[in-house]
Amino acid sequence: MSASRFAHLFHFHGGIKPASHKTESNGVPIRAVPLPERLVVPLIQSSRGGARTIVTVGDKVLKGQCIGEAEGKAGTAIHAPTSGTVKEIGRYPMAHPSGLESLAIVIEPDGEERWFEYERLDPEHASREDLILRIQASGIVGMGGATFPSHIKVDNAIDTLILNGAECEPWITCDDRLMRERAADVLTGATLLGRLSGAKRIVVAIEDNKPEAIAAMRAAVRAEELSDKDESEGIEVVPVPARYPQGGEKQLIKVVTGIEVAAGKLATDYGVQCFNVGTAHAVCRALVHGEAMVSRIVTVTGNVERPGNYEVLLGTRVADLLALAGVKPDTDRTLMGGPMMGFTLPSAEAPITKGSNCVIAASPTLFPHRPPEQPCIRCGSCARACPVELQPFELYWHSRAKNFDKAGEYHIFDCIECGCCAFVCPAHIPLVDYFRFAKSEMRAKNEERKAAEQARARFEFRSFRLEREKAEKAARLAAKAAETRAAMAAAQSSEPKADPS
Amino acid sequence: MSSPHIRRENNSVQRVMAHVLVALVPGIAAYVWQVGAGILVNLAIATLVALAAEAAILALRKRPIAITLTDGSAVVTAWLIALALPSIVPWWLTTIAVLVGIVGAKHLYGGIGQNPFNPAMAAYCTMIVAYPALMSQWPAVGNTDFATQLSLILGGTREIDGLTGATALDAMRTGLRKHEAVSAILANKTAFGAFGGRGWEWIVGGYAVGGLFLLWRRIITWHQPLAFIAGLGLTAALFWVIMPDRFPSPLFHLASGGAMLGAFFIVTDPVTSASTPLGKIIFALGVGIIAWLVRTFGVYPEGVAFGVLLMNIAVPLIDRKTQPSVFGEREEKRP
Repeated sequence: MSASRFAHLFHFHGGIKPASHKTESNGVPIRAVPLPERLVVPLIQSSRGGARTIVTVGDKVLKGQCIGEAEGKAGTAIHAPTSGTVKEIGRYPMAHPSGLESLAIVIEPDGEERWFEYERLDPEHASREDLILRIQASGIVGMGGATFPSHIKVDNAIDTLILNGAECEPWITCDDRLMRERAADVLTGATLLGRLSGAKRIVVAIEDNKPEAIAAMRAAVRAEELSDKDESEGIEVVPVPARYPQGGEKQLIKVVTGIEVAAGKLATDYGVQCFNVGTAHAVCRALVHGEAMVSRIVTVTGNVERPGNYEVLLGTRVADLLALAGVKPDTDRTLMGGPMMGFTLPSAEAPITKGSNCVIAASPTLFPHRPPEQPCIRCGSCARACPVELQPFELYWHSRAKNFDKAGEYHIFDCIECGCCAFVCPAHIPLVDYFRFAKSEMRAKNEERKAAEQARARFEFRSFRLEREKAEKAARLAAKAAETRAAMAAAQSSEPKADPS
Repeated sequence: MSSPHIRRENNSVQRVMAHVLVALVPGIAAYVWQVGAGILVNLAIATLVALAAEAAILALRKRPIAITLTDGSAVVTAWLIALALPSIVPWWLTTIAVLVGIVGAKHLYGGIGQNPFNPAMAAYCTMIVAYPALMSQWPAVGNTDFATQLSLILGGTREIDGLTGATALDAMRTGLRKHEAVSAILANKTAFGAFGGRGWEWIVGGYAVGGLFLLWRRIITWHQPLAFIAGLGLTAALFWVIMPDRFPSPLFHLASGGAMLGAFFIVTDPVTSASTPLGKIIFALGVGIIAWLVRTFGVYPEGVAFGVLLMNIAVPLIDRKTQPSVFGEREEKRP
């Protein structure tokens, strides 16, 4: 193999090395899930835009058939995960920390799994616009968890496309299994994304704790003979050191290219873009095989009898997945996402959506409850662990004191909430909670200020308008009075003339 | 409950404090060996007073008692105070010193994490100003009779001429005041060993070993010890090179008095030191330079404590002016 162009990787500050807990779930191939009795498909499954329902209760739908049309430029379509009947369109609790409800289409499967036939695009010859439109129509969003609409992201000219297979969160192995089992599709998707965004090189970055995935991706690269192309156009698989949050977009870009994406800037401003391996896989399924996004791979792990990865239809209840994996009795809560950035599910009734990469059954033994919070001793461990190079303890003091201006000065909005600071804190301070609180307060204050400014502007304009109307009225009256006076004067002056006559 | 749902194992404030106490053990062992077991009595008194004072004031402030009392911070303060005072000071002096440290310097400012001044150094400075005579009576090395030391600690009559000896810093200071040359002072006096105070060199060495342990365990970072040693050592070296007979060598300075205790256990106090990497360096460099200035030109033989308190005042300013740039703020780096 040719010498790596990334022999020299860069380094991001801080980070942590938590116990990886990957082996619990990465040893078994991806398994299918039996068709559930019903599927609850939320209309909003993206961080930026939603969909507008185009079916009514009673409609028969086919697998992959569009049931929610992309709304607006950033919207992404949603599709029937299987063939069946639309039973209901109503509000259901979602996989969200607050358990908020959102509009969803409920589908009762007919068990036939008949696919809807889309008109096939030939990815080799179709126009760039058509391909991007098809990505949007296929409902593809970032599968790493951020669920940003892929058609927006790919519509940027870049030099380097980084395929993110880092999977740095402990316990999660869905990307690992995907790369091991479907490397060719992942690679095809990445090539398509690279072509659409004009990337000159594609770097597949995988944490070095996944040797099988690295080998599988390398084998796929060799098989496709992509590496025989011009050196600068090849795809390269680059193992990166296992260190959380290696898979964070900005951290990975730094490690692979040395570029630091500044706050308020986008990766594309620097000619770089990251896509998750799952997203690349979905792009391949959509553009090459004509399959809309109807399922995803979900790691089910933690305190379960049969941990592993499952190919899950979107809209499957989390509870169904947990039952399949066999939850052990001392489980006291369910986590959605990884243990570093995931959240406690208010209810296991919530459906799996496009961003649900991992479901963890948590027990007090596996995930001990946080010991009581102690005062900060300014030891600085948090600052040494922060990948954004913030001073979390300063942010903590200012957030706690509700000194939000200061928190802003110390760059609180650069915080990516990765949780490294809270992980290392010897005083067990839930630092991320403090930062979320401060950020939401600051946003609310900002909104309030804006509203107050608008109100003041409205009031001032109203006063101005009243003044103006008054002035206009006065002017009108004055004009009228002048007119009358003039008329009277004219009348008077004409009277004497009239007299002699 | 919100993220993260996992934490580093065996990680607590207690663990940090326990490491500091363990790191003090080599120094204390050398102390007992060279100067006598009296120091153990003072350590015990200081510990008991510190815990009692901590509990009482937490109760007064209506704060949870158990979690703070067991965090180990009061014991660390107590040990540092006991080690900073001469080991034969009467019990009541140790008691007052600990009360000044725990109540005055720590809790009146809001308790652990909130105090601007290093409690141990605040206590030391208060004592040396209030009781200069008792604070200058250091036990002579080699005269380790425990019964005598115990009686002094318990308040016995202080007929102490045979028991105390001038410390290396004292002897040097006295000699220099008489315009003797450094080389002559070192040659004539029994107070000196190979490079510092006779016998005390072992204790200083013990502190340094403990400090290296803390560095290895990542309880402290290299910034403050190195900067403090540089501040004291380089300033001393500059003058020593120019006038070796008027100014003792950097090695002498580093091996005498509280230099090593200061370098690894005092300027490294996270609460009262600056906290940014550059800030830590500026802070400890300042302490080292002030320590040399006080030792050389001041009225007190030792200056580390005054250096610490003076630099403590500057910490908020130092931290504000040395904030490191955050991710993406630097010049764009490209391969």
